[in-house]
Amino acid sequence: MSAFASHYTYWITVLLMAAGLYIVIARGNLVKKLIGLSIFQTSVYLLYIAPGKLIGGTAPILSAAFKVYSNPLPHVLILTAIVVGIATLALGLAIVVRIREAYGSIEEDEIVAADAGRGERE
Amino acid sequence: MMAATVFAIIVQRNLFSVVVLAGVYSFLMATVLVALDAVDVAMTEASVGAGISTVLLLGALYLCGGEEAKPMQRAWLPLAVTLVIAGALVYGTLGLPAFSDPLAPIHTHVVPRYLGQALAETGVPNVVTAVLASYRGYDTLGETVVVFTAGIGVIALLRRARRASKGAE
Amino acid sequence: MKREPVLRVVGKLLIPYMLMFALYVQFHGDYGPGGGFQAGVITAAAIIFYALIFGLPAARRLVPDAVVETMVALGAFLYMAVGFAGLLLGGNFLDYFVLDRDPVAGQHRGIFWVEIGVLITVSGVMLKIFYMFAGRGREG
Repeated sequence: MSAFASHYTYWITVLLMAAGLYIVIARGNLVKKLIGLSIFQTSVYLLYIAPGKLIGGTAPILSAAFKVYSNPLPHVLILTAIVVGIATLALGLAIVVRIREAYGSIEEDEIVAADAGRGERE
Repeated sequence: MMAATVFAIIVQRNLFSVVVLAGVYSFLMATVLVALDAVDVAMTEASVGAGISTVLLLGALYLCGGEEAKPMQRAWLPLAVTLVIAGALVYGTLGLPAFSDPLAPIHTHVVPRYLGQALAETGVPNVVTAVLASYRGYDTLGETVVVFTAGIGVIALLRRARRASKGAE
Repeated sequence: MKREPVLRVVGKLLIPYMLMFALYVQFHGDYGPGGGFQAGVITAAAIIFYALIFGLPAARRLVPDAVVETMVALGAFLYMAVGFAGLLLGGNFLDYFVLDRDPVAGQHRGIFWVEIGVLITVSGVMLKIFYMFAGRGREG
């Protein structure tokens, strides 16, 4: 197989990872940053699960009718990762709500400026 | 399609449409996961990513306001950093095993034992549940505690004294 | 939204099925895809759906805050109790083989209770987070 066909899944993962990373560092809105972080996390799920797939295999539920199974171990790890990801998202959003109530905005530049202003006055 | 969705998320500035697009992205990811035989993970990703995540984001947006400001001035710098990192990652993936290679290390160490012994030792045909709840049950305990901690954290952050809202900050 | 007859009727029809589906996913996690996390999320989604249609106070009457907060802690506690039961019965922590005379039946029992613990915590936490976000109220 050419390098493209055999590594295609990794490159899609890298593309999604790069997109998530770009959103986190290039956008100032806090909610959008959190969405970018969650996109980054889902690309990592793909990174783990794609190598576990065996062409011609089936889902890892044992049954007499199938002989070849895809690898169940990454599934277990990623199941945990998904749940931890949403825990992080929930906490992040709670902090964003508190920031909004304290500063009146969720844009990063406005918050930094407000902090600098507050620092000068003190 | 996922690349197109992500590009739309980057460009869009109305946050409500970004949240809907994130839900679409989660459903597409769940579909890809089914194609990769990860049925448990796909069910979790679909329910958590497209369901709960969307509800929480909409709740947060209701409390915060729904437009994003214009992007910052030097937009080329993050783009350059991202492209450099992506290039390094692509270079790194060239050393990884090819797709669906049965001799890859991921398939040869512990997994044959799990697949072979799970039915005999635990009596549960779904190997993912057997590994999650029995072989790696300690990790699942840790994960349950993480969820519990997230719940407590949100309670601590968002609890407010009744009738003391305006003067509390 | 509770004045919309279509939403009310469809909601009342769908919510029992959603809860039933959540229980199905939970208990058939041994034989098909599913398990505690998925079932917990679907349960929370069913009650959130009820809250969206009939209003947050109605949902709070149905599942009060005290019940949800208890659920959050109870699931993790149950998981640890299963672990300690393994210790008390002579095995290691979280050892399922000692939970019954037949080791495989012990595994079944252990996995059953552990998954129920996960279900309770996950649905409690998701629901509580929704209550906190929805009950906050916009300030400005």
